[in-house]
Amino acid sequence: MSAALDARLGRAWKKPPLIKRNWLRWSLIIGALIYFIAALASMEVNWSRVYEGLDRGWQFIIAFTSPDFGSRAADIREGLIESAIMTIAATVVGIAISIPIALGAARNIAPLPIYLICRTIVALSRALNEIIVAILLVAIFGFGPLAGFLTLSFASIGFLAKLLAEDIEDLDRSQAEAVKATGASWLQWINYGVQPQVMPRLVGLSMYRLDINFRESAVLGLVGAGGIGATLNTAFDRYEFDTAAAIILVIIVVVMVLEYLSGLIRKRMQ
Amino acid sequence: MPQILTGDGTKIWMLRDRKAQFLRWGGWLVGALVFLSCWRVISDATEWFFVYDAGRIAADIGGRAIPPRWSYMDKLWEPLWDTINIATLGTFFALITAVPVAFLAARNTTPNAWLIRPVALFIIVATRSINSLIWALLLVAIIGPGVFAGMIAIAIRSIGFCAKLLYEAIEEIDTKQVEAITATGASRWQVMAYGIVPQIMPAFAGIAVFRWDINIRESTILGLVGAGGIGLQLKGSLDTLAWPQVTLILIVIFATVILSEWVSAKVRGAII
Amino acid sequence: MLRLEKLSKTYATGDRALSEVTLDIPDGEVVALIGPSGAGKSTLIRCINRLVEPTSGRAILDETDITALRSGGLRQMRRRMGMIFQEYALVERLTVMENVLSGRLGYVGFWRSYFRKFPQSNVDEAYTLLDRVGLIEMADKRADELSGGQRQRVGIARALIQNPALLLVDEPTASLDPKTSRQIMRLIRELCDERGLAAIINIHDVKLAQMFVQRVIGLTKGVVQFDGPPDSLTEDVLTRIYGEEDWKETIAKEKAA
Repeated sequence: MSAALDARLGRAWKKPPLIKRNWLRWSLIIGALIYFIAALASMEVNWSRVYEGLDRGWQFIIAFTSPDFGSRAADIREGLIESAIMTIAATVVGIAISIPIALGAARNIAPLPIYLICRTIVALSRALNEIIVAILLVAIFGFGPLAGFLTLSFASIGFLAKLLAEDIEDLDRSQAEAVKATGASWLQWINYGVQPQVMPRLVGLSMYRLDINFRESAVLGLVGAGGIGATLNTAFDRYEFDTAAAIILVIIVVVMVLEYLSGLIRKRMQ
Repeated sequence: MPQILTGDGTKIWMLRDRKAQFLRWGGWLVGALVFLSCWRVISDATEWFFVYDAGRIAADIGGRAIPPRWSYMDKLWEPLWDTINIATLGTFFALITAVPVAFLAARNTTPNAWLIRPVALFIIVATRSINSLIWALLLVAIIGPGVFAGMIAIAIRSIGFCAKLLYEAIEEIDTKQVEAITATGASRWQVMAYGIVPQIMPAFAGIAVFRWDINIRESTILGLVGAGGIGLQLKGSLDTLAWPQVTLILIVIFATVILSEWVSAKVRGAII
Repeated sequence: MLRLEKLSKTYATGDRALSEVTLDIPDGEVVALIGPSGAGKSTLIRCINRLVEPTSGRAILDETDITALRSGGLRQMRRRMGMIFQEYALVERLTVMENVLSGRLGYVGFWRSYFRKFPQSNVDEAYTLLDRVGLIEMADKRADELSGGQRQRVGIARALIQNPALLLVDEPTASLDPKTSRQIMRLIRELCDERGLAAIINIHDVKLAQMFVQRVIGLTKGVVQFDGPPDSLTEDVLTRIYGEEDWKETIAKEKAA
């Protein structure tokens, strides 16, 4: 029996805490608790209003069991088509613009000034919420799908360019260098050394973004930028819960199908 | 490798044979046609008169929007606090709900693959497909405007998101560790606590921080449909065309988003 | 003590991993189970504690038919069979101490185990075992900070704290270097002798098996091909178990030494 064992026998054992410093651990716990209480206390809930609302909420849930696709079928179809069109057009434009920006935002390819410019564009596009961009664009270009299309294109650029640039930065140096060693020009180098490596990823990301763009197009209508969101907003304004339920179900189904398809395509690309 | 014979009988190497080449060009052509017809529809639905004028309008708005009305900041602190609370509490409640849903949805932990798993998956898909702004719109109609509706909207939207990532993490765990705990004679719940939970803890923490960051962004706009937070001030300012206030609010939102991104990056770095 | 009666396992894919294995292992006997990959060694071990459900046949430990038990009884029975794994199978993100104590889960209620409030006697036992395997200073380290040999020692401590009557050991040395392999095998053998445990050790390395066990069982395609003392393993026998190959260097040459 060793001395180390002797010292430990009969002593209680406790799991060592995640944060070793006592004061830090306790101040984090107490701080979190205080914040939690303060946050809950500052939240004014009108319980009688909530209680009244439960009834309406129940009606809405009931509406899901008998969604009304019929009475506004034309509106729903139009909204859906408009959303699809905005989505496709914006994804195409987003991909086309994001590729050069991604090349510029990859540190291992681009010179520093271009890198900084491209990174700024990416950061700007990602930091601005789609809805806010949509509001500004609706104010400038007027109501309709053009504003929605521009918003989605702008948002796609940041998303695609950032992920693609990260991918280019991670790519296998030796393959790219081997192509360079043959004396290829810059464009040839991109075409033979870089493109084959990032292509599957680009297709995967594009499909994913198509999926996101459709989802987003469903809300842009709330601020007047066209699409199925506008139809949904109208249904809510008229308190037509059964139509709203139908629209929401349509959105869910389309999103599910898109997700399934993009999953399928991404799997085949790998 | 496909090769073709030229007229005088010499073989030339080509990447693809004629048919594949043809299909490829055909594919591009169809793609271009689809895009052009989409563009045509958008263009038809657009009042080009406004668009030609867009430069002037943008300049006009820009002119009015600058400088931002800094004194308005006094009225923004409280909505900002609300915004952060909507995001934080919403994330918290979403996580509490997402954990059981994820365990019910994961193939290796679901108690019943034919009955319960589809239900869990439906909850995930339904809550995830609908944007939080739509949930907010719905909840405002049901329980009235305010911070509470916003928080619930954020929570609902986040359930599916968190549960999906979490159940994928559960399905990817190392089964040998689970097997080892099972072999000791541990009960079902003990196997979960000792064999599964420690393995998904890092994923859970990562998901929580990741979603919180997203929720901060989303909660800044919920006010547009009346669900509390700084978006309420944004809507008010937009409706009254108070552009200097709009500028200030956008700056505040921008700063908050950057800050939350920084915080979440720090926390994620500390966990991993 | 452990008796297997016509134990068979056919997987859902149609692969017959075990066919009618009948074995008797008396108290305190250390047995090596050898055979080519896919011979059903792992399946045999896992059918005994029912991590894999056998298709037919019986496994009887001290008069109890394990194959007939329902979940509660099975858990009680599993406490009597310690298992040691190839890739150690420690819960990587828990500390060494928690990993050892997890061997007591079958004895402790859920909430006690959840809050890590194990009885003091368990804690003392865990420290004693960690001291025995030479890792007492590592008690509060996380399992993923240890080396392969150290992890396997923790795995052994986890199996022993169950206070088992039988050890089921699945390729304990497959991911270890030759020296550590010997140390681990020696440790397992010593502990079995100290505590009078029977053990079934799945092992690839025939020489290593011969060094440390009392009895060798050869398995081919789910059928027992050989059962006897380690020094009766001849080239012929190995050919029967593994197929044609030059086996001279594989067998320990006591006579030459």
